[in-house]
Amino acid sequence: MSALQKMMGWVDDRFPLTATYKAHLSEYYAPKNFNFWYFFGSLALLVLVIQIVTGIFLTMNYKPDSELAFTSVEYIMRDVEWGWLIRYMHSTGASMFFVVVYLHMFRGLMYGSYRKPRELIWIFGVLIYLALMAEAFLGYLLPWGQMSFWGAQVIVNLFAAVPFIGEDLSVWIRGDYVISDATLNRFFAFHVIALPLVLIALVAVHLVALHEVGSNNPDGIEIKKKKDPVTHLPLDGIPFHPYYTVKDIVGVIVFLMVFTAILFFAPEMGGYFIEANNFVPADPLKTPAHIAPLWYFTPFYAILRAVPPLFGSQFPGVVAMGLSIVVMFFLPWLDRGKVKSIRYRGPIYKTMLALFIVSFIGLGYLGLLPSTPVATIFAQVFSVIYFLFFLLMPWYTSIDKTKPEPERVTG
Amino acid sequence: MKRLKNFLFLLAAVPVVAFASEAGVHLDKAPVNLSDQDSLQRGARMFVNYCLNCHSAGSMRYSRMQDIGLTEDQIKENLLFAAEKPGETMKVGMDKKDAKAWFGATPPDLSVIARSRSADWLYTYLRGFYRDGTRATGWNNTVFDKVGMPHVLWSLQGEMAPVYKKEGEHEVIERLELVKPGSVTLAEYDAMVGDLVNYLVWMGEPAQLQRKQLGLIVLAFLAVFFVVAYYLKKEYWKDIH
Repeated sequence: MSALQKMMGWVDDRFPLTATYKAHLSEYYAPKNFNFWYFFGSLALLVLVIQIVTGIFLTMNYKPDSELAFTSVEYIMRDVEWGWLIRYMHSTGASMFFVVVYLHMFRGLMYGSYRKPRELIWIFGVLIYLALMAEAFLGYLLPWGQMSFWGAQVIVNLFAAVPFIGEDLSVWIRGDYVISDATLNRFFAFHVIALPLVLIALVAVHLVALHEVGSNNPDGIEIKKKKDPVTHLPLDGIPFHPYYTVKDIVGVIVFLMVFTAILFFAPEMGGYFIEANNFVPADPLKTPAHIAPLWYFTPFYAILRAVPPLFGSQFPGVVAMGLSIVVMFFLPWLDRGKVKSIRYRGPIYKTMLALFIVSFIGLGYLGLLPSTPVATIFAQVFSVIYFLFFLLMPWYTSIDKTKPEPERVTG
Repeated sequence: MKRLKNFLFLLAAVPVVAFASEAGVHLDKAPVNLSDQDSLQRGARMFVNYCLNCHSAGSMRYSRMQDIGLTEDQIKENLLFAAEKPGETMKVGMDKKDAKAWFGATPPDLSVIARSRSADWLYTYLRGFYRDGTRATGWNNTVFDKVGMPHVLWSLQGEMAPVYKKEGEHEVIERLELVKPGSVTLAEYDAMVGDLVNYLVWMGEPAQLQRKQLGLIVLAFLAVFFVVAYYLKKEYWKDIH
């Protein structure tokens, strides 16, 4: 026995190192037919690591103080060694996190990855998405530009629309009557400590749940149903390591090429990743003519604006926006389809999914624009389609004409 | 089918909605060229001479101008009026309260003005001052109506007067016309403003020159890495069918 083996033995007697490595990597059997859409889970993990590491370095030079915050970001951009690179990695990472997560969620919709027995994976995933939105919202206040300030103002004011307790609730969130130094300090605390902890914990349970039941695949069939009679291993499964580790490295490089192309050549992404107005320091006395949230929030912002106020209160819109996310939690039980994957679904589901995606992107686009009567009508149509996709799902998935699923995974 | 048609019609109309929301002030294209060091240096000199009397650039250090080809001695001798050491930031001597009383608003810090306003806006703005007797300063601007800033560069450009045209009910400014020549021609003035805007764009993010160079190296590295990773994956996967 070599010295290394001896040492591993010593550790394994005290901590399940080898067992954990086997369970999650070298003997975690994943379906062999993963396609393009299966890169985005590991990429989301990569972006999480990028955000945490760059975040730590930003925190070393950033000042969470309403007098100093804006200048400290410029200080990072100019005087801190490689500060501009770290800051752009973080700002590009924020948007790319949502790009990757949206594609990851779309994959789940296409192949029915939320269906039994993966309901909890989906629920943990939606919770990650919620935590991520909170994390992004809190972080966006920190540069203390005009958009930071007024964006936070608009969102915190949504809580003020809650009947009876709204005003007190919004003051409690801000720690002040307006967005102020107190708000900046608490948002900073949540952004750098509280929510990252929540995110990491949720990602951990998301993965534990996934590895308990095993990954879905583009055919939406269970590979564990067809096992080798001798080894009892899934016939269509291959060890995650080395097969998917080497494959994911290719995905990581392609992703990094996109990521760095943005970072080095268009870090503002035409105002979508970093808004021009955020280069003006926050001014509580000067309301910008047009306050647009960052692109990844705009679908929900459009839903909010699409709902007409009731008795002068924005509350119905706030409820609709909240429901548009809450409804995602019920997805595993709304879907009554006989098959999981879009490959074997009937025309009705395919049409509904296509309409849903068009509506979601349409809402995202409309959320960027100033509110006009015409835009509001579009937003209302898209919002109705968004909700009907979920609410009618038990009906249209059960009557849809599905194709038979294959016995074994296909190419 | 009719419903589908309606829906497609709605989709087709989406870009129209976007177009309608864009407010229309015509902006001239700024001649930005960050690899033109002479232009950046001329712009820096204009900035220090004309802008820095009222505006600060609180995030910008004088010494950073070494990035655009100036030596520390050149900076010290030619550009250091309001500071003692090249390591200092570009502060302004004018008191904030005085400034507010004189112009109605404190002149904004210009460190990142090119990033919030855009080069084209600045280029059009600095060439858009015209005489307006109704304003306290005697000046107005085509892209920033009722601006508090007077025409600081008027001795160069001279005085412009608006030429109006009818647009429906309203009279709008069609173009500006030189009524009293300044010390340079209008073409020379445009070039000078071009240099100044070029400098402002650079000052908005001094790291941008380095950023693009590094980007090419990183992308080249990733391209090579991709080939290696691709064949590694192929090698591992050759037995999987």
